Amino acid sequence: MTCCVPVPGYPDDAEQRVEADDKALMNLARKLGDGARQLEFAVPDAHCAACIRTIETSLKKLPQVETARVNLSKRRVRVVFDPARGAPSEIAPAIKASGYHTYLVETDADAAGDPALWELVRALAVAGFAAGNIMLFSVSIWSGANDATRDLFHWISAFIALPAIAYAGRPFFRSAWRALRVGRTNMDVPISIGVTLATLLSIYETAVSGEHAYFDASTSLLFFLLIGRTLDHLMRERARNAITNLARLAPPGATQIKADGSREFVALNEVRPGMVLDLKPGERVPVDATVLNGSSAMDYSIVSGETVPHDVAPGAEIMAGAMNLWGSLNIRAERASTDSFLARMADMMEAAEGARTRQRRVADRAASVYAPVVHTLAATTFLAWGLVTGDWHAAITNAVAVLIITCPCALALAVPIVHVVAAGKLFAHGILMKDGAALERAAEIDRVAFDKTGTLTRGRPVLVAQSGTLSAALDMAAALAAASTHPLSRALVIALGHRDTVAAEIVERPGQGIEAQANGVLWRLGSAGWCGVADRHDVVGTQVWLTRDGEPLAWFRFADIPRDDANTAIASLKKLGLRISLISGDRSDAVAALASEVGIADYSAGLLPADKVAAVGGLGNAMMVGDGINDAPALRAAHVSMAPASAADIGRSAADFVFTGEQLAAVPFVIRTARQAASIVNQNLAIAIGYNAIAVPLAVSGMVTPLIAAIAMSSSSLIVVLNALRLRWEGRTRVPKPRRSAPLAEPMPGIAE
Amino acid sequence: MSGLVVLIPIAIFLGVLALVSFLWALRNGQYEDLEGASQRILNDDDSPE
Repeated sequence: MTCCVPVPGYPDDAEQRVEADDKALMNLARKLGDGARQLEFAVPDAHCAACIRTIETSLKKLPQVETARVNLSKRRVRVVFDPARGAPSEIAPAIKASGYHTYLVETDADAAGDPALWELVRALAVAGFAAGNIMLFSVSIWSGANDATRDLFHWISAFIALPAIAYAGRPFFRSAWRALRVGRTNMDVPISIGVTLATLLSIYETAVSGEHAYFDASTSLLFFLLIGRTLDHLMRERARNAITNLARLAPPGATQIKADGSREFVALNEVRPGMVLDLKPGERVPVDATVLNGSSAMDYSIVSGETVPHDVAPGAEIMAGAMNLWGSLNIRAERASTDSFLARMADMMEAAEGARTRQRRVADRAASVYAPVVHTLAATTFLAWGLVTGDWHAAITNAVAVLIITCPCALALAVPIVHVVAAGKLFAHGILMKDGAALERAAEIDRVAFDKTGTLTRGRPVLVAQSGTLSAALDMAAALAAASTHPLSRALVIALGHRDTVAAEIVERPGQGIEAQANGVLWRLGSAGWCGVADRHDVVGTQVWLTRDGEPLAWFRFADIPRDDANTAIASLKKLGLRISLISGDRSDAVAALASEVGIADYSAGLLPADKVAAVGGLGNAMMVGDGINDAPALRAAHVSMAPASAADIGRSAADFVFTGEQLAAVPFVIRTARQAASIVNQNLAIAIGYNAIAVPLAVSGMVTPLIAAIAMSSSSLIVVLNALRLRWEGRTRVPKPRRSAPLAEPMPGIAE
Repeated sequence: MSGLVVLIPIAIFLGVLALVSFLWALRNGQYEDLEGASQRILNDDDSPE
């Protein structure tokens, strides 16, 4: 079922909760007049009639909600509310209470949706109407209508065709004009010239009661071309929409603590060096800063790829993007947001982009050869006929016939239709493709570079081994862990499940562990040193101990384990003839262990973002697969790039493909699909050239009538489209679908509250 | 020939009618959420909105 396309991958739950802040919500809401405001929330799990009903009914129970409407295609709900009758912060909890994840997304800039798409659809409707009706008259003419009847039909055709072409041709004329003005040609230039000349000639023929008019050819040409263009646009729009659904909208900012102790929200770009900020557990560091007081640990996994959290104490420097794991901190901003780590990564991304924009798309390369050839051919036909026969009327007719017959209908459809079919196939497997050019580049790669944390691995620690089966001890461990937001605690809660809570006062000791006093017994869950147990350095991963009054009861071992199918995905990439490398910012022992586990011989550790850019920018064309902020420049610098949906926003926006499933099989699948697509594109181009090789000599020799032109054009377009559709069926059974909504299978810490 | 005088206007009128109703539906937001529309029919709402 198409409605069950997975779009999982929620941003981490501990991100800033805008949904709870009335003031921020009012600023983000769109004013509708009459005091009503409108907000949009993403509801990625909604997929059926019952979902619509549940969400809408629960929202309409709120007094402030005037209308609530779920858009199932976009997986969003649009809520119109009256702030005078209730707080906007109650809306998101109401959706959550009905059982759906939700978060705020940016309201569409335009209420009517996507204006460019509707313009294309309207043009398509007009062109379709005109082509259909004119074809009716043309068929009558071809079947023998003559004299006055033929003239009448020509005139009616002209009256339909002229406004229709003027309206439906605008997307092509505009684009052709833009290209010509800067001295370039694209596919739209020959299209515009062909359509315009054919129409002008037909008007002349009609006026002098001529035999042949090409109104049907010019309108059906526009119709076919608009189909390709509309599909192409739809494909991109769908990917863009799915990607914005992944991004949680957080008005970036920080809470400033003023000299008099009062607190105020400041927007990110107003944070100045020297400001004192409050950083709560679960929040990300807004700008590069220094810790003033408090102690905590920072999760750098998305910043540098390190899995082991850093303990921080007053005086420690922390980087923008790191997540504060537990203690409440006061920090002093050291740099403005424009100089912070995130901004530096964005600058590096821009610098890395140059190489890629020089690459031209297959269709444009074809057009740059095609247009001059076609125009030379038409001009030669015109001059040759005129000079040889002296019949300038026949000369211009035949020259226009050449332009029409070579009008790159098949050529203009040959590439986009394949990309559209490929994008649909990828989408059905939970992979979002940003545009067709990425698919062309993905077919050209010869090596793949992986990031470690969060890409090859799950990016969060998982309980891999434990000792002790004493139920009471496990209960206590789960209860202690449930009180903490530390990644190891979360992993422990996921592994042990929610147990009966134990009445005890629980205290968290940053950098050490958690302790509780219950019935005169002191329980501790934490690092070996703190628990008074000799640390064992021979084990891989991080170990946590549980002690009762200093007596060790159990240990738990955690590691950031590879994704389920990392081995098979790597193996199938090797089978595709690609070289694989692992580039990570993490410590070298962790990287080496993982590399040998998944079978990658070529690895490098401790890389800085710039090193990663250098690593993918070397010889050959590399695909970069990564998720962290530190990967973003490399994602942009690589020939083509891929990111999991769980990636940092900046990484997701830098990547060409985003895969939403949990499985790495998406990577070989994209490459295989891209290669199939490339070979079908080549076949289609060959078909288009073959068609021209047959039709052009006929046109040059003056044997093409409007009837032949219509048949030739439609059949070549059809063949190209049918050939593209083959991609849908190719290799269908070989790749398993990603498990749907895999992240949902585990209890998400923080949702349960 | 006299038949054409009647039939052609009728044919074109019908075509224009179809075009206009499509454009109306487009403007009216009928194509905003095709997936939702196909599911909503399963919801048994007796009260018209």
